[in-house]
Formats: sequence, C-alpha cells, structure tokens
Amino acid sequence: MSTELPVLKPADFASDQDVRWCPGCGDYSILAQMKKVLPQLNVPLEDTVFISGIGCSSRFPYYMNTYGLHSIHGRAPAFATGLKSTRPELSVWVITGDGDALSIGGNHLMHALRRNIDINIVLFNNSIYGLTKGQYSPTSKVGHVTKSTPHGSIDQPLNPISVALAAEATFVARSIDVNAKHLIATLTRAAQHKGTSFVEVYQNCNVFNDGAWDYMKDKATKADNVLELENGKPLIFGGGKKGIQLNGFKPEIVSLSDVPVDDLLFHDETCPNPQLAFLLSRLQHPQFPEPIGVFRCVERPTYDGEINRQVSAVMEEKGKGKLSDLFSSGDTWTVE
Amino acid sequence: MLSATDQFTPTNKPSESVNGVTVRLAGDSGDGMQLLGSQLTNTSALSGNDVATFPDFPAEIRAPRGTRAGVSGFQVQFSAEEIFTPGDGLDALIAMNPAAMVTNVEDLKPGGILIVNSDSFEEKDLKLAKLDKNPLESDSLEAYRLIQVPMTKLTRTAVAETKISAKLADRCKNFFAMGLVFWLYGRDVEPTLRFIEAKFRGKEDVSRANRLALIAGWNYGETTEDFASTYQVPAAKLEPGTYRNIMGNQALALGLVAASQLSDKQLFLGSYPITPASDVLHELSKYKRFGVRTFQAEDEIAAVCSAIGAAFGGNMAVTASSGPGIALKGEGIGLGLILELPFIVMDIQRGGPSTGLPTKTEQSDLLMVMHGRNGESPLPIIAASSPADCFNVAIEAWRIATQFMTPVFILSDGYIANGAEPWKLPEADELPPIEVNHPSSGEKPFLPYSRNAQLARPWAIPGTPGLMHRVGGLEKEDGTGNVSYDPQNHQHMVKTRAQKVQNVAEVIGDLEVDGPDSGLLVLSWGGTYGTCRTAAKMCAKEGLSVAHAHLRWLNPFPKNLEDILNRYDRVLIPELNTGQLRLLIKSEFSANVEGFNKVQGKPFAVSEVIEKIKSMLT
Repeated sequence: MSTELPVLKPADFASDQDVRWCPGCGDYSILAQMKKVLPQLNVPLEDTVFISGIGCSSRFPYYMNTYGLHSIHGRAPAFATGLKSTRPELSVWVITGDGDALSIGGNHLMHALRRNIDINIVLFNNSIYGLTKGQYSPTSKVGHVTKSTPHGSIDQPLNPISVALAAEATFVARSIDVNAKHLIATLTRAAQHKGTSFVEVYQNCNVFNDGAWDYMKDKATKADNVLELENGKPLIFGGGKKGIQLNGFKPEIVSLSDVPVDDLLFHDETCPNPQLAFLLSRLQHPQFPEPIGVFRCVERPTYDGEINRQVSAVMEEKGKGKLSDLFSSGDTWTVE
Repeated sequence: MLSATDQFTPTNKPSESVNGVTVRLAGDSGDGMQLLGSQLTNTSALSGNDVATFPDFPAEIRAPRGTRAGVSGFQVQFSAEEIFTPGDGLDALIAMNPAAMVTNVEDLKPGGILIVNSDSFEEKDLKLAKLDKNPLESDSLEAYRLIQVPMTKLTRTAVAETKISAKLADRCKNFFAMGLVFWLYGRDVEPTLRFIEAKFRGKEDVSRANRLALIAGWNYGETTEDFASTYQVPAAKLEPGTYRNIMGNQALALGLVAASQLSDKQLFLGSYPITPASDVLHELSKYKRFGVRTFQAEDEIAAVCSAIGAAFGGNMAVTASSGPGIALKGEGIGLGLILELPFIVMDIQRGGPSTGLPTKTEQSDLLMVMHGRNGESPLPIIAASSPADCFNVAIEAWRIATQFMTPVFILSDGYIANGAEPWKLPEADELPPIEVNHPSSGEKPFLPYSRNAQLARPWAIPGTPGLMHRVGGLEKEDGTGNVSYDPQNHQHMVKTRAQKVQNVAEVIGDLEVDGPDSGLLVLSWGGTYGTCRTAAKMCAKEGLSVAHAHLRWLNPFPKNLEDILNRYDRVLIPELNTGQLRLLIKSEFSANVEGFNKVQGKPFAVSEVIEKIKSMLT
C-alpha cells in the first residue's frame, strides 16, 4: 500500500494575496526560489508554517499558501519555538531581516540557535532598514550615510554568520538573492538539516541601499569576490586561479600558479569545532572574497526532540497521570 | 532508632481549649522560618483546623545577618472556625533575634506570648539590630508574657551526640523552636518527622540532629516552669470531604493541568523566572506525566511569544509573570488579542513600580492589565480571591479563553501565591469538560475571521488540510483575515473585539452579595477577599448594615453590578493600591464610592477595614 503525496508545484505555494514589495526588490527572487524548494521537500502545504517578525522581509508569510504568522518585531524565533516544541511534526520557517534578527531580536536569535530547535531561519540581509525608510542597520558598514546617520554610521557592524556560530548554531550558510541555483541548493540543505538552520541571504534593497552586494553579483567582479564553499574541497576562487591558504592563524590569498592545490585550506563543514567556520566567516570584502554556501553542518539533539522525549520518558516510566492522584498528592485529611 | 511515640510524650500539664491562634515566627532570612511556618501550617491543617498563612520575607536571599532588613517572617492562623485571613493581632511571637523581635513585637496582642532566643541578645546582636540597650532588660516588654529560651545553647547540647559541626548544630535551632511551639499548641509531630526523614535523606547525622532538636524543644516546654499549660485548638467544622493544604501558585498549576485534561489539550507554559510567579514554572515542570511542556524562555517577551506560537498550534498555552514581566509582554499580548487566539497570562502581582517590592504583595497591576497595551485592546480579566480559589480561576480562565477565542488575564498576588489554606479536593470525574473545537475543513474559501454568535472566530490549526491561512498583527479584514487598511473595517474590528469581551458577561454569572440590601456595601476584588468578608461579617454581627460583594471578573463586570451598586447609600472599595478598581467603577457607574487604600507591601488587617467601615457609619 502506498499513500502517495500529491505532487506539488511552485504555484501551489502562492497565496491569493498581491505581493507588495517594491518592484526590483531582492525579496521577489527569494520568494520565487522558496516556492521551488518547498515542493521538493515532500511536506504537505498544511504542515508548513512561515513565521516572521516585522520588516519588509516579514511580509513573506502573507504570500505563501501555507499556515503563516506575521508576528511582532524581532520575536519570530520565540513564536517558532513555542509552535515547534508542541507540534514537532510541522515544518517551521522563520523569515527575518538584519534589523529584525540582529537588532531588536538579537536575543531570540541567539537562544533559538543554541537550543537547536528544528526550524529554518532565513535572514534577508540588505544592511538597511527598508520598511521604516532607510535608517542604518546592525549590518551597515561604518561610515554608511543614511537618514539617521547623516555623518556616517559609527557602529561596528555585526557579521551574521559569526554571530550564528558564536551562538552554537549547528547549520550556518550564506547565499545571494539572485543566485537562484545556489539559493535553491542552500535552502534545500537548510530544510534537510535537523536542528536550527541559519541562512543569511544577501538581498538587495533597490530603494534604500541599492547595489550593496553588487561586488558579489556583477559579472566583472564576482569571480574575485565570491568564494563558493564545498565540503571537503579546497578554497578556490578567481576563476580557478586563486586560493586561500593558512599561514599560522592567518588566511592568505595565494595564486594557484605558485601554490599546489594540496597546500590550500580545505573546507570541512562537519568539523565539530567551529573555529574553521568562524575563520571563514571573517573573510570579508574587499580584503578577501566572501564565502557563500554551508559554513557549518553538525548534528546535535534538538530542543523540540528533547522536550518531547522527556515527557514521553516520564509517561513511559510512571504512566499517564490521573487527575485524582494529582489532587491528592501530599498530606491529606478527611472531614466526615 | 528513635520513634515518635517514646520521645514525644503527651503533656502532663493542663490544657486550655481556645478557638483559634495566630502565631508569627520571625528570624533571620537564613534561619529557616519559612520551613518552620510551613510545617506548623501543615500539621495544623492535618489536625483539622482551618488555616491561613502569610509568609513575609525579604527580597535578598541572605540579607545581612541579624539586621532588621534581613528579618523573615511567617504568620499562621489555625482555628476551630472557618477563617479567611491569617489573623490580625498575634497570640504568640517567636523571635530568633533582636531584629526579629523589634520589627514584629508591635503586632503582638497585650498579654501575648513572646518567645525569644535569649542567646542571640548579646551586644553584637543588639548592634546589628540598631538597639542601644537590651530590650529584654528594659520594661518595654512588660505588656507581654516574655519567655526567654537559650535556644542556641540548648540546641547545641541536644545535638552534641551527633558530633556535627557547630555551624550545622546552630542551624538546627529552628527545629528546637518548632518542638517548643508544637508542644505549646499540642501539634502532631509525625508529619514533621516524616518531612525531616525525606528532606535529609542521605545526611543521616543532620537528619538525626534536627530530630533531636525537635525533641529537645518539645521537652523544654514540658519541663520549664515558664509554661503552666498548653493550648488546644479543636478541629474546625469544615464541609465534609478530603482536604489538603495548598498555596496559591500550587493551586494555579493544578488548575491549569486540570483545565488541560478537561479540554483534552496539551499544556504549554512559556515562562521566565520572576518573584513571586516562579513557583508556577517549578510546579508545572514536575507534571510531565500530564503531558505538560514547560519552556524557560530567554526573557519575558519570548515567554509570551512562545505561548502564542503554541496557541497557534492548537495547544493550551499559558505564561506566568509578575508586574515587570507583564509590562514587557504587553506587545505580545496585544498581538495575541488581534490574532484572537486563546491563551492565559498570569500576573502574580507584587509591589511596584519598577522592581518595587518583589516579595511583598500589592494589587497595583489592575490598570496595567486593563489598559496597558497600545491601541484599543480590551481583554477579559479574572482575579483569584484566595490560594485555593486559584484552582477554579485557572479552569474558568481557560474555559472563557477557548469559548471566546481571546487571551485571558489571571490576577493573583504575592499574598495569595505564597499563602496557604485548606483545599477541598474536587472529584476529578465531576469537573465539567471544556469543549474545544477545531474546524476540520468546510466551506471554501476558509474564512479565519468569520464569527459565531458570541463573536468568536474558528481556531483552525496547522496540519489541517485546506484551511491554510495567515494571521498577523496588522489590522484584519473581518471574515477573510486579510490585511486591511480600510477605515470602516478598522472601526468595525475595534468594536467587534470590544463587544466580544463584553459578551463574556453573558456567561460569568451574577455578582452575589453577602449581607443586607441597603446601607454600606464593601466591594472587593482579588486577595483582599478574606479580610473584607471577615470585616463585613463582624460589623454585621454588631448590628451595622454592612454587606460585602467580591468581584471575580474585573473585565467585563458582572451584568448586575450596576443594580447592586445602586442599592447602597455608600460603597467602600478597599484595595492594596491607590484606587484602581475605584477608578474603573467611577468611570462606568454613578455610585457613591469611597476608597480605602494601603500600599505598604502587606495585606489589610481585618481591624483596619472594620475601623474604616465604622468611621463611615458614624
């Protein structure tokens, strides 16, 4: 007997709501790729839930024909934790942005990651506040001139990948909004990972911070600026001509005409220790090419798995509780 | 091996029968006064007395030793009659040091028994208590029956055979005091012996030492000439049934578990530790046998948000906190309100504002839970009136939350949370079930914000085919639930949400009045129930025309409230705040309302309320 699931198509995941992002926004591409990823996961529409906070990216759930919760600013991981802990069979996605996840919601992001609750967090990073019309964000570079920083930002930006790794994340990856193939592959891996998956997506805000990631996208520059991570493979970029080598603790760019491939740094996303992943997260433009792909993918018990395991274990050991026993636990006396 | 019977010989002294006794135990916060108090309460309850307690302790875990700030107290009234409060004036005060004595002796009735540990009245102790001279050597205590007991020395001698360290030996002196108090009031030591055995399992010497101290205290009472007689408090005539002693937060937890079983819903608590609400988290985390999931969140905001996530998933979701935490949860609660999802928010009130008085009681969050959210955001509010009542309140709150698809506030307070009283165990099979429905499919397209006659929307949960829908904090179009900025729709939705909360009044029943139909009405809410009921009854006994009504629901008000208010010439509202219910009543009704307000971090004394009533009638 087979209970075949109906074959879903990307269009099945589109809700009846008009998409209202600015024309040209990077969010459109991410939405399109998500709709291609989901049918491949064999999860029914009704078992999929999108939860978001506040911001442009957080409108995402309205556009998906799944269950959705557009919550409050920065707290989406907390809603997701409550839902997934009690309904572990659901596939839960958190859609967030750089302000939502790293500023007002920094605390919840950190704790979701360390707990390793089995949800997928996709952070749309455009290094700007879009919905409030153009203030600098926690990932804006020092000197960034915005409405709230007319003399340039003086805040040291956060690196989302480094933050995730420091918060004990078990799956950490990065992709780019318009790199459809890479984004699909990355989101698919995130969905398959058991535990919190954290995916940073470089996303263009064409109104308030246009071109922020052009160096990663332009044909002329991307070869030198993008380092595509592949597990077990040497770190090569620049059209196969350059690589990254480790000199002590310092990464260095070397030419493959000078250095044999075997002497390059090799990627190992499964390394129990996050040091390599952290080192890779610190490779930043313009000194280095910036890595995309999976930085880290390791196994650890999930929060939802454990919270339910404890309940089952107690029930198995002591049996299901009876209210009358509960009421009369402790010292009682009877009045005739 | 020691046995209870051969060590705790029944007294040979004469025994005086009294109706009720109020005892306060006071010492350093590390002296074990709370433990002593809870043992005395428990054993009194087991002997059939009605009991009511008032633990009172500092916020600091170990405030500086011997200082007035470090004094921890536990008051218990045990009685042969039905009682509603832990008592006003003390019949006996046990003070373990000078600081404990001077900060509490005012409450001792003239002629009351004052037992002190005379070993702790040395110069350094007096200095710590900021006393110039030894009050035991002055005539300031003449009004009382002062009994000086060298407890430290006697305890050390009693436990010497166990060879435990001097430090450990000194820690046993609360059991010495307990032995003496148990002897004085003819209490049964058995439950306490069982407690010692369980508590100190694996530490045999400590267990034995505490037992020896308890015996020594008991025997001291029998031997000393300071006491000519003991006191007996006969069993109270409580309603027939099986009872246990219960504290407010325990009863809340049990009520929540019961509600989850009655509605066949999995219970999820998202909570962040805060005094005096943490015990709800502690209690519920023990009940995994009942399928309870507890989540200690990273902060108060995550706690309420996780609960909303669980509610969205179709669970019985709850969160518990106190004032500062509720303030943080405000935005999340507002979201829950517009999502129209059922969940419970418990506010175990404490003294405020800000961090305020974490371990002291107050009723000053009423206006916050009523109005403390952005936008037009009414929610049902129910308040517990006593420790045992917390059980019923939890069930009722969940019934309303699910019936009307709304978050519901439960107000309790530190006095109820930590206070204890006998709880008549309900028959589990006789508790009415709570019916909860989730649509399984139905008309297309699915309308998540369609409404029934009571204006509740359907609770469609993830995993249900065909009912996929999106909800969020943006204003909803009625019916579809789609985002809507339409001006008329917004006004309609604001009114609809408010009307839905008003509709709760149809099912909560009428307000009941105890007493005459005219004259003065005492109107109370929350933890002041017992005090107000006792005060009104005592005034009525004296022939004054005084009635009492107690509000269980603060929002909406019972439908007959206006009629009741109109019957009385004057209405007195005693509150442990500066007049929050009074403000709500005055804004809605034209009654002749007067407040009686106290914000000292402690409950009203019955005598205070009586005095106020009399001042209004003369």
